[in-house]
Amino acid sequence: MRDALNIRGNHSLLTRANPLAKFVAVFLISLVLALSIDWVSASTALIAELALFPLAGLTFRLLWQRAWPLIIAAAIGGWSTAIVAADSGAVLLDVGLWSISEGSLELGLGFMLRGLAIALPAILLMTCTDPTDLADALAQKARLPHRFVLGSLAAMRLVGLMAEEWQTIGMARRARGVGSQGSPFQRLKATLGQSFGLLVQAVRRASRLAVTMEARGFGGGQRTWARESTYSLLDAWVVLGGLVISAGAVLTAVGAGTWSFVWR
Amino acid sequence: MSATQSGTVRPAAISAEGWGWRHAGRAQPAIQGLDLRIEPGERVLLLGPSGAGKSTLLHALAGVLGDEEDDSDETGSLLIDGVAPREQRGRAGLMQQDPETQVVLSRVGDDVAFGAENLAVPRDEIWSRVHEALDDVGLRTAAGGGLALDHPTAALSGGQKQRLALAGILAMRPGLILLDEPTANLDPAGVLEVRDAVGRCLDKTGATLVVVEHRVSVWKDLVDRIVVLQPGSAAGSSTAAGAGRVTGGVLLDGPPDQVLSEARTMLMSAGVWVPGYVPATRGRHNEPDTAQLLLAAQDLSVSREKPRRKGFKTIPPIPVQTGISAQVRAGQALTITGPNGAGKSTFALTLAGLLAPVDGKVSAAVELSEGAGIDPYKWKAEQLIARIGTVFQEPEHQFVTGKVLDELMFGPKHLGHGEERVDELLERLRLTHLVDANPYTLSGGEKRRLSVATVLAAHPKVLVLDEPTFGQDANTWAELASFLSELLDAGTAVVSVTHDQEFSAVLGGTELRLGPITEGRATHQEAGAA
Amino acid sequence: MTTVNVKKASYNWRVVDIVVAALIAIAGGVIFWAWSQGAALVSIPMNATYPPLTGLIAGGWMIPAVLGMLIIRKPGAALFCEAVAATGELIMGSQYGTTVLISGVLQGLGAELIFAAFRYKKFNLPTALLAGAGAGLFCGLNDSFLPWGWNIAYEAIDKLAYITFTTISGAIIAGALSWVATRGLAKTGVLSSFASRKAASEPVFN
Ligand SMILES: Nc1ncnc2c1ncn2[C@@H]1O[C@H](COP(=O)(O)OP(=O)(O)OP(=O)(O)O)[C@@H](O)[C@H]1O
Ligand SMILES: Nc1ncnc2c1ncn2[C@@H]1O[C@H](COP(=O)(O)OP(=O)(O)OP(=O)(O)O)[C@@H](O)[C@H]1O
Ligand SMILES: [Mg+2]
Ligand SMILES: [Mg+2]
Repeated sequence: MRDALNIRGNHSLLTRANPLAKFVAVFLISLVLALSIDWVSASTALIAELALFPLAGLTFRLLWQRAWPLIIAAAIGGWSTAIVAADSGAVLLDVGLWSISEGSLELGLGFMLRGLAIALPAILLMTCTDPTDLADALAQKARLPHRFVLGSLAAMRLVGLMAEEWQTIGMARRARGVGSQGSPFQRLKATLGQSFGLLVQAVRRASRLAVTMEARGFGGGQRTWARESTYSLLDAWVVLGGLVISAGAVLTAVGAGTWSFVWR
Repeated sequence: MSATQSGTVRPAAISAEGWGWRHAGRAQPAIQGLDLRIEPGERVLLLGPSGAGKSTLLHALAGVLGDEEDDSDETGSLLIDGVAPREQRGRAGLMQQDPETQVVLSRVGDDVAFGAENLAVPRDEIWSRVHEALDDVGLRTAAGGGLALDHPTAALSGGQKQRLALAGILAMRPGLILLDEPTANLDPAGVLEVRDAVGRCLDKTGATLVVVEHRVSVWKDLVDRIVVLQPGSAAGSSTAAGAGRVTGGVLLDGPPDQVLSEARTMLMSAGVWVPGYVPATRGRHNEPDTAQLLLAAQDLSVSREKPRRKGFKTIPPIPVQTGISAQVRAGQALTITGPNGAGKSTFALTLAGLLAPVDGKVSAAVELSEGAGIDPYKWKAEQLIARIGTVFQEPEHQFVTGKVLDELMFGPKHLGHGEERVDELLERLRLTHLVDANPYTLSGGEKRRLSVATVLAAHPKVLVLDEPTFGQDANTWAELASFLSELLDAGTAVVSVTHDQEFSAVLGGTELRLGPITEGRATHQEAGAA
Repeated sequence: MTTVNVKKASYNWRVVDIVVAALIAIAGGVIFWAWSQGAALVSIPMNATYPPLTGLIAGGWMIPAVLGMLIIRKPGAALFCEAVAATGELIMGSQYGTTVLISGVLQGLGAELIFAAFRYKKFNLPTALLAGAGAGLFCGLNDSFLPWGWNIAYEAIDKLAYITFTTISGAIIAGALSWVATRGLAKTGVLSSFASRKAASEPVFN
């Protein structure tokens, strides 16, 4: 959990790009891929994305660690599409509710690849972006209201501490006679109680953090920024990269004749 | 460079006239009828019994007390340089009682810069202020940790966090520095470090200082005035005698030496920790020579982390302390001491059956376990509280209800006995007037007393207390120490983690000193009887 | 001391509103993420039998929208919390990629519109249920009709079933649960600085 919010130690090229540029590139790819369900555009994008991972400082091992739940989710999504989508072509399987045809199977496969091609660049984006830099970019470049951006950033740090808090609260409750042993029902009850304790503690902490922030002058209209969020040539390349990947995916699919617009 | 920039600090003046504040949800004001003037550049030590409204006053001065949307009440006026504090945020820098919530951002440099950014200081100047502030509080010397600007704030010790908070305040160049028990939970060396850092900064900037602390000796040479507050509800009831100017809401006021020498007895009766004074406590009457062994730790290694699973292997965590052996005996006290971060709390929690040992074992004797088994970690929660009671370092973690009285009744109700003792506990720990209050809204010292009381209510045979005396005025301190010595005489074993030497002296027994952690390995030795 | 103080709730966001709302939202995001991981388990049998059934567990994603508004009680709270929660999920690694932000904003909007319809004056159980249902409805619509929706390829009847399920789930899981949680929180006193501080003693209906 902590690690997810901390990119310290990652010095790869893409960490130096402006978070907003990276976001625009990734968002563009996602939107373009979303327009069609076909395996060609999805796999083209997927291959290009995998080639980019080293630039974000991700090894394949790390990638696997973070991505396997997404792969399972994508597979499930593909499966459900295959059995629920309208049938076309030869029917391959038909048992009660389930029916899979050639057409729906292709759709399911395309859907799964598309899901992955949309999910993976978001992982790439997040592994090479520090939340603090993201907040700076959102407030300074995207001009979102700084009180909301920085308030969220500060809250995000607290959430990182909550994992530790969870354990402490569990111990403290045990020391007060509220145990977490016994039947599954008792355990569920104890877990709910502990979650609630965590929520209470979280709100408490957030309220006090707000006092700290106000005591440091936060909340006024004017403010300067110690770290300037800047654009560089690298950002132009990043956005261009996003464009090239999306255009490449569309063109190969159209060329291969598989492009199928979602709202037909 | 620092000279010119420091010149920009304009010390602030404070004036309170008949000022009072009632918190939302409380019938009585926390502080009322306060008349006080503090001149620019004065250094004031603010004293007063626990619950007197010291923290309330500091929050008001920082402009962060209540707001237009809750149902609190303000009376009279409280001004900084003739202007309401709310209207001029940044004029005062506040360090709160709880170090954990002082950190805002996740990198050291950013966190120090935060205040200056909010005050719209130009970028180049922010960074020179950040460097200067970090140097001033000594966080960049090798001894202070030599922190880089991008050091994560999550990986700081208690003392480092306190100094970081101080740096964040200094970078704002406030005319008024407000410190609420700034040495909270620090070891004796850490206390001096923080005090000296404050002293250096004041010498440089000339800012006005108001510091709240129960122990006078640490601060008396640094300040040039002592103000003792009257408890809010008791305002006007005591007749002031002795030194200094005396005005509404203030019990005593004057230069440290004068106040301390002329009004010593009065200060003592008001619960102030006057230097060289240890409040009278009930001594031990029948300290046994050979006592029944209740609980033993054998060659214990402790850590808060759980073992990690990797494939089919489980990897044990790296312990923060290894090879600890200790014995807990009926009617005897065991005191655990050592520097910040040595693993005292971790050890105490392991001993109390709340954390699983990394290595070694904790075993309960039959007299304690009474059929529950030898390993306290495996006991059910209800079995545990009747046998070993634990008070956490952070009291708020332990509150499970919304009312002080319910909180105290909670343990006895679960056990089905002991409810008759609750009234006595309330009385002795001075919590009677707060029975209907919400535990989270208590003052720092009140919270601590409540958490001790909740554990005592369940009447366990072994008590494990983590910093039980922190933040207490001398009167409640004495009451607590006497109470524990009575329990000891009655055969309860008391294990306490503490930096408070007077306290361990009163309880007697043995001391277990945990050494600092070096390279992930720790050393420890056991000293003889205290 | 006996001055009668009538303090009005204002629609301006204070710092404490922002930080607490963001915390609820991000904690919600982490819970989402855990929910997505857990949901994958629960959803396997659902997917195996009749995939639109997964709509029944969708409510978990919409808790921040309703809970945030019930606590903060200021315009925009549902939208803000749900958007921040989605950002939190994105940071943890989301199976929806960056499109999770669009879903978040739409779900937040669904709840926000209901509260706005009551002119931000009603925060009782029926309102909470409706707001949860609103968020669920928008979630179902997003998943079924927008290009990035995971159910875009379903047949019309299955889409309808799915949307019905998400709406019900939103009402129960996001609506009712948040309402209960708010009352519980109010009882502990941690909401003392918010307009919801008396939530525990407010009437359930009207
Ligand atoms: N947020 C709050 N809501 C309601 N009551 C409060 C709140 N904060 C403090 N109080 C009450 O106001 C009184 C003064 O509290 P305050 O924290 O100012 O005391 P203190 O002098 O700092 O005490 P200590 O030395 O124990 O920290 C106490 O009775 C406390 O219970
Ligand atoms: N919740 C936690 N999770 C993981 N590690 C922790 C946690 N709390 C503390 N630690 C680490 O464990 C070590 C021992 O901490 P512990 O709290 O036992 O020290 P301590 O001796 O009680 O210090 P102090 O005097 O500051 O209370 C420290 O190095 C600390 O960084
Ligand atoms: Mg205090
Ligand atoms: Mg400790």
